[in-house]
Amino acid sequence: MAAFEPVLLRRLNRPECKNLEGYRADGGYRTLERALKEMSPDQVTTVVKDSGLRGRGGAGFPTGLKWTFLPKGHPGPIYLCVNCDESEPCTFNNRYLIECDPHQVLEGIILASYAIRATTAYFYVRYEYGSGTRTMQRAIDELYAAGMLGKNILGSEYSLDVVVHRGAAAYICGEETGLIESLEGKRAWPRIKPPFPAIEGAFRKPTIVNNPETLANVVNIVERGGEWFKSLGVPPDPKNPRDAGSYGSKLYCISGHVNKPGIVELPMGVTLRELLEVHGGGVWKGRKAKGAIPGGNSMGFCTEAEFDIPLDFNGPGKVGCLGLGTAAVTVFDETTSIVDVLHNLCRFFAHESCGQCTPCREGTAWMLKIVERIKRGQGRLEDLAILEEVADKIGIMPGTTICGLADGAGWPVKTAIRKFRDEFKTYLREGPGKGPSAGMRLQMAGGH
Amino acid sequence: MSHHHGTREVSPHAAHVPPGPLPADIREQIVALLPRYPSKQAVTLPALHLAQDRLRCVPPWAVREIADILDLSPAEVHDTLSFYGFFRPASDPLGKKRLWICRSLACALRGADQILDQAAHKLGVEVGGTTADGAITLELAECLGACEGAPACMVDDEHIHHIDQDGKMDRLVEDLRKG
Repeated sequence: MAAFEPVLLRRLNRPECKNLEGYRADGGYRTLERALKEMSPDQVTTVVKDSGLRGRGGAGFPTGLKWTFLPKGHPGPIYLCVNCDESEPCTFNNRYLIECDPHQVLEGIILASYAIRATTAYFYVRYEYGSGTRTMQRAIDELYAAGMLGKNILGSEYSLDVVVHRGAAAYICGEETGLIESLEGKRAWPRIKPPFPAIEGAFRKPTIVNNPETLANVVNIVERGGEWFKSLGVPPDPKNPRDAGSYGSKLYCISGHVNKPGIVELPMGVTLRELLEVHGGGVWKGRKAKGAIPGGNSMGFCTEAEFDIPLDFNGPGKVGCLGLGTAAVTVFDETTSIVDVLHNLCRFFAHESCGQCTPCREGTAWMLKIVERIKRGQGRLEDLAILEEVADKIGIMPGTTICGLADGAGWPVKTAIRKFRDEFKTYLREGPGKGPSAGMRLQMAGGH
Repeated sequence: MSHHHGTREVSPHAAHVPPGPLPADIREQIVALLPRYPSKQAVTLPALHLAQDRLRCVPPWAVREIADILDLSPAEVHDTLSFYGFFRPASDPLGKKRLWICRSLACALRGADQILDQAAHKLGVEVGGTTADGAITLELAECLGACEGAPACMVDDEHIHHIDQDGKMDRLVEDLRKG
């Protein structure tokens, strides 16, 4: 099989394409021009729906289907919110897209806005992406100057404004209704659903929230057609009537104890092992892997023995992970203590719980305290059962919270204990520094 | 909720926080943003950013002025502000530069916790504190999204990769002190 030619990242090393002139010279905005001239908004939606594209932000909801949830014949305004909050740890695919190819993202924003009949698109971007934010703003300014944003885009009847809105370093703003609340100038407390944003979202108007990578895919799907998109990736599992397939390519991030951390675009379904060995250069220092998180902190852990799972929407679930998540893989080597890794993740979620729902606010804090106690060498064997019980009872799945942050906080705890129970037991018995994995210790951070 | 500054004592730098009112150009920039949104309240975060970028904190008088521009009560602006640990109180303003050290998994696996200790030692401040000359505030960060360059840090809003390389932290701190 011929090597896969990147699509989303094809302009990665062509800085001239960051400018409007360079992007157009490369064929950019021709798809938009054609769509505005030849396609109705509903036709664009149909192409995207038929392609099988699923959202790249973590939940994998079918994009075109989401768009059809908007009320028919709504007088407007309708909004697009671009979710570039990208705060899931170990995830940086959208940063590459906005820094390296801002016009591809913008062409996707305009196409999607046209399809859903949005009049304003809010580009919500995390504060930490200062460079990407400025790159996007420059690209937007170029488009306004060229008559490609604002009134009557490219001489068509269609008008759209794109507004960049910066966050302020809070993970919860990546939850779509937390994002909307934050955009509205409030605390980023996720909303109770329904109503879903498509019915009542930003400023109480119908709103679609999409991820930049999803929107970049829209450009290539409208340009090349749904059949092309379906020629990449993994078709639905015939034994699972609810599986919508994992079509297209995906930007995979790889980090941690690997020789070549970075980003690579591949057809969906590459195995974690191939991603590590072929694209990540293998485990560093000639060591073996102990495990990995397959899609950001929230998805839980894989052991090395599970690395043959395909990184598509179904693969990680087959080994008890929450899902594909952001497809950001972080590998840790055999000398790393699982207690330390879990402590790091628990600390993250306790820090980022927004505090709205008591089970999450208290649950994440207590899970951290218990794991901290284990880490100090003062844990008890029954702590494992307590951790599992707390992890099981917080989240939208048990029905105790408004959003999925707590499910994501519980999953690493549950999978770590289930898959590395012997190591926890040894640690509990022998304390830190004596177990088989004392070689590489993550320090406790100072109080804050 | 990003960071909690707790009950730290009033920083000596608090004396340098200017009194009101908001500089005219900041007011103008806030007002200029209003047409971009269907509600005035949506300008809260952009206004807080503009205020803190200049003042290095958001003092109560700035909260009142922003509320006034946005037709909100000061309590509504403060409610939002206090959610994001990002914004600093007048009792503990930021230094000229903010140095954030990432501590999330990808960076932690490559020594982030040691980097944070090293930076605190070098600057002579605790995490969250500001150097005596008012040049640098040290903060920890959860994932910056720079994981391929771990361990990473950020100066204001620009990433710096591989801060563990020989002498890189020393040079960075020197540069920041020079301003």
